[in-house]
Parts: sequence; structure tokens; C-alpha cells
Amino acid sequence: MNTAAAAFDTRHAAKQRFRETLFKGATLCAALLVLILLGGVVLSLVHGSWPAFSHFKFSFLTREVWNPVTDEFGALAPVYGTLVTSLLAMLIAIPISFGIAIFLTELAPAWLKRPVGVAVELLAAVPSIIFGIWGLFVLAPVLQRHVQPVLIEYLGPLPLVGKLFHGPPFGIGVLTASIVLAIMVLPFISAVMRDVFETVPDVLKESGYGLGATTWEVIWKVVVPYSRTGIVGGIMLGLGRALGETMAVTFVIGNAHRISPSLLAPGTTISASIANEFTEAVGDLYTSSLVALGALLFLITFVVIAAARLMLMRLDRRALSSV
Amino acid sequence: MNRRTMRKVTNVVALCLSGLATLIGLFFLGAILWTLIANGVAGMSVALFTQNTPPPGGTGGILNAIYGSVVMTLIGIFIGAPVGMLAGTYLSEYGRGSRLSSVIRFVNDVLLSAPSIIIGLFIYEILVVRMGHFSALAGGVALAVIAIPVTVRTTEDMLSLVPQGMKDASTAMGAYPWRTITNIIYPAARSGIVTGLLLAVARISGETAPLLFTALNNQFWSTNLQAPMANLPVVIFQFALSPYKNWQTLAWSGALLVTLTILILSISARIAVSASGAGAKR
Repeated sequence: MNTAAAAFDTRHAAKQRFRETLFKGATLCAALLVLILLGGVVLSLVHGSWPAFSHFKFSFLTREVWNPVTDEFGALAPVYGTLVTSLLAMLIAIPISFGIAIFLTELAPAWLKRPVGVAVELLAAVPSIIFGIWGLFVLAPVLQRHVQPVLIEYLGPLPLVGKLFHGPPFGIGVLTASIVLAIMVLPFISAVMRDVFETVPDVLKESGYGLGATTWEVIWKVVVPYSRTGIVGGIMLGLGRALGETMAVTFVIGNAHRISPSLLAPGTTISASIANEFTEAVGDLYTSSLVALGALLFLITFVVIAAARLMLMRLDRRALSSV
Repeated sequence: MNRRTMRKVTNVVALCLSGLATLIGLFFLGAILWTLIANGVAGMSVALFTQNTPPPGGTGGILNAIYGSVVMTLIGIFIGAPVGMLAGTYLSEYGRGSRLSSVIRFVNDVLLSAPSIIIGLFIYEILVVRMGHFSALAGGVALAVIAIPVTVRTTEDMLSLVPQGMKDASTAMGAYPWRTITNIIYPAARSGIVTGLLLAVARISGETAPLLFTALNNQFWSTNLQAPMANLPVVIFQFALSPYKNWQTLAWSGALLVTLTILILSISARIAVSASGAGAKR
């Protein structure tokens, strides 16, 4: 009897151990797959862009020309467009996100906090293509009729900055794309900022108030310095989004492969070029040049995102639920 | 003006500006939703859900695109969710505190914010080029690659909320880790995991860029996973940019449909979290 029970126990234990190995192995494989995915992305981009980089060498990065007919490609215009639209978008989005985060953490009464917070998060859930058609059919005509003529008339004649506002009001163009991008990244940045602000210990703020500081002084001199790393991390994360955003930009940028000093002129970005031309690209060199653009985009966003993540990693992950 | 008034004025101005910023944010959400409803409702009809995409000028609906979107989202979530959950389990339980898991966590965070068009290029290179043609399957896999980091992240966050005492109690009863995880930890974190899955579905069902050159588009009804398949985002993209009035109307209706679906998913995900209380996320 006893030996039978012991035999059962051994068999049972062996079965348990086997399942344990199996389950642990499965989780480990899945976890390693995440690494393999990133590796695969890098390898496939390198492989796909190799023909373009080996054909054009370094000149791929420095030339503005983009001519499918003569098979001449240079990345300068899309790279320029990507950087300019993203930076402009950040200039618009950072102050607004900061304001929203301040409102949500320090100002809003308790009953208002949740609905407003959820509304801002819902803005983040709206797919980018929706921002695209909204930008094209609603924002662009408004800018064309009411905003851009004013900019051209009053800012155009100014020295230095005037160059940014030359040309006819197209409606679509670099400025419009930047505004749409700004609206898109707004909720991401403000969500990170809000989460970071909430990690500031109440004691610190109360000491500020105890010394007679106004709400603004507590925010600017206690909350902001305390959460500096998190703020920068959130901004970088938003920048990463803006750099890689495709659909919203594709609708409103105008898709012109040239660098124009005017913000009102059409331009292009890396992701918009790929989205527009990839399926129509004939010839290996054309396709490869588009993949090469993708590789450049991945390199730029990887640096920005990695920096952002390293900054945010130092903070308590649990506190940053919305990233 | 003395220093004290100056400080008070600065305070009021700064706080008003912050309120204004919030209003601007809410205004854009409202403006986008209003535009969608105003333009999208016009195209809402029975035909929208019963007919396929029409040729320019003809009448029709977006049935094939709705079907394609559902199929590809399901493929994406059926591949992405198990992988993401297992990987999240590893990060939270087996690999907690190890060097490997901090590397994986970092890489996962990078993938989470990587441009989705890059994922499209990746799947194009490894699937579309190898198979020799665009396919719904490739589209589904591209969506899975986007769903994986989302699920990894939410699963890990949710599992780590389960009290250590519960895990210890199970281990003390002699349970192997796999038993503790499947019988104790998963049930305890269920609503959190469901939330994560809903958010992943919401995320991938609106993705356009990775489908552009994987699933492509198809004007006709197709259930063949090996062939190009229509899907809402790409149909919206092509129809909205077309010069044909009837196509643009369909694009708006499709856009309204996608957005409503996603907003409902996101809101129910939030309700799932707050109803349980276990996912004390915020």
C-alpha cells in the first residue's frame, strides 16, 4: 500500500516538475521573442536598405534630389521635414501639456479630475488616421482661409522670421502637419507629466505653502524641479511619437520632396514618403531607398525613445501607469 | 505694484493659462468627435453594413472592410496576446530582478513606442517578400507585433499588483511556481489582464501604417487569408484622399465606426479596472 502511494507521489512530482519546466520554458521563450523582434526589425531594415546605402554611399544623407525616373534618391528633404515638423509640434505641445498636467494635479476639484483626465486619455486613443482626415478636411481649410493669410500679411515682411511665412496659403503644409502632430502628442506628454507630478511628496508641497508660497510658486519651484527628469522623459517620449507618426502627417503635409524655408509650403516626412510611395515603388533601388529612409527613422526614434525610457526608468515604474 | 501683488497676479495668470491649456485640449477632442459625427452619420445606412466597397461613383458599403478589420485584429490578438502574456509573466515572476528581464523590459518599452510604419516594413521584408504577395495573414502578424509589447507591459504591471502574501501562501502549500501562477496569480489579476487585452485590441484596430503594405486593400469580398484583404483603416485612407464624393462619405462613416469602437473599448477597459479595485492603477 505504502509503496504504491510512494510510487504515485514520485510520478505526481515528476509530472509537476515536467509541467514546471514546460511553463517556465514557454514564458522564457516568449520573453526572448521580444528581443528577437527588435533584432529582426534591425536586421530586416539593414538588409532592405543595403542596396540604397551601397549605391549612394554617404550622399544619400546629403542630397535633396528624389527622382524615381532617373533613380536618384537623397534623404535630406524627408529627414528635414521629419525634424522640423516634430520640433515645431513639440514647441506647441509642451506648454499646453504642461498646463493640462498642472490643472489635473494641482487645480482641478476632485469631481472634475477624473472626467477631464479620462477625456485627455481618450484623445490619446483616437487613431492617427482620424487626426489625418480631420486635419485635411477641417483644420487645413480653416488655416488656409483665416490663419495663414494673417501670418503672411503680418509676419511675412518681418526680417529673419519673415522667410518662414512666405508663399501662398496652401492650407496643407509643414505648419498644418506640426499642429496636427502637436494635438496628437499632447495627451501622451500630459499623461506622463501628470503621473510624474503626482509622485511629488505632499510634504514638500506643504512646506512650500507653509512658507507662504503661492500655488504657482509651489509648482514652479518645488514640483517642477523635483520632477525634472520625468518631465524631460515625457517630452522625449512625445518627440519619439511625433517623429514616427505616419498617417496624420501623410494627409496634411503635401508630399513634396523639397526643402522650403517657408513653414506654409508643402514638404514631406520620412514616414509620409514611405506610406505614400512604398506600394507604388518600382525597381529595387527605389524600394531600397524607401527602406533606407525607414532605417534612418528607426535610428532617430530609437535614440530619442531609448533616452526617454532610460530617464523614466529611474523613476518608479508603478507610478507611471499611462506611458 | 508691490512685490506681494505682483506674486499674486503671476499666480492667477499662470493658473488661468493652465486652465486654458486644458480647455484647448478638450476643445480638440470635442472638435474631432463632432466632425466625425456630423460627417459620419450621413453615411450610416443598412447598405454600409451589407454591401462591399463600390467603384468610384457607385453605391455600396464597407462590409468587406469591416470583415477584414475584424479578421486581422483577431489574428493580431490571438498571436499577440498569448505571447505577450507569457513574456509579461516571465518579467513579473520568473525573471523578477534579473539582468535579462531589465534588458527585455527596456527593449519592450522601445518596441512599444517604435513607429508602427517600421513594423510594417519589417513584416513586408520577412513575410510579403518571402511569400511573394500581400496577404491578410501578413497584416494580422504586423498587428500582432504591435500588440505584443502592449500586452507584455500591462500583464507585467497587473501581475506585480498581486499581493506577495498570496504567492507565498501558495508556495508554502507546496505548489510549483507554474501552479501558483495559473491557479492563484492569473485569477487574482484577471480584470487587469482583461483590461490589458481590451487596450491592445483598441490599439491595433485603428492602426493603418502597418497594414498599408502588408494586407494592402481589396475592393471585393475576400475571406482568403493568403490574399490581400480590405480593412477599415486603409479604406478610410484611400477613400478620404480620393476625389469621389461617395468614397469620401464612406470614409467618414468608416472613421466614425472605427473611432466609436475604439472609444468604447477604451472606456470599458477603464470600467473593468475601476470595478475590480484590484488594478489600482490610478
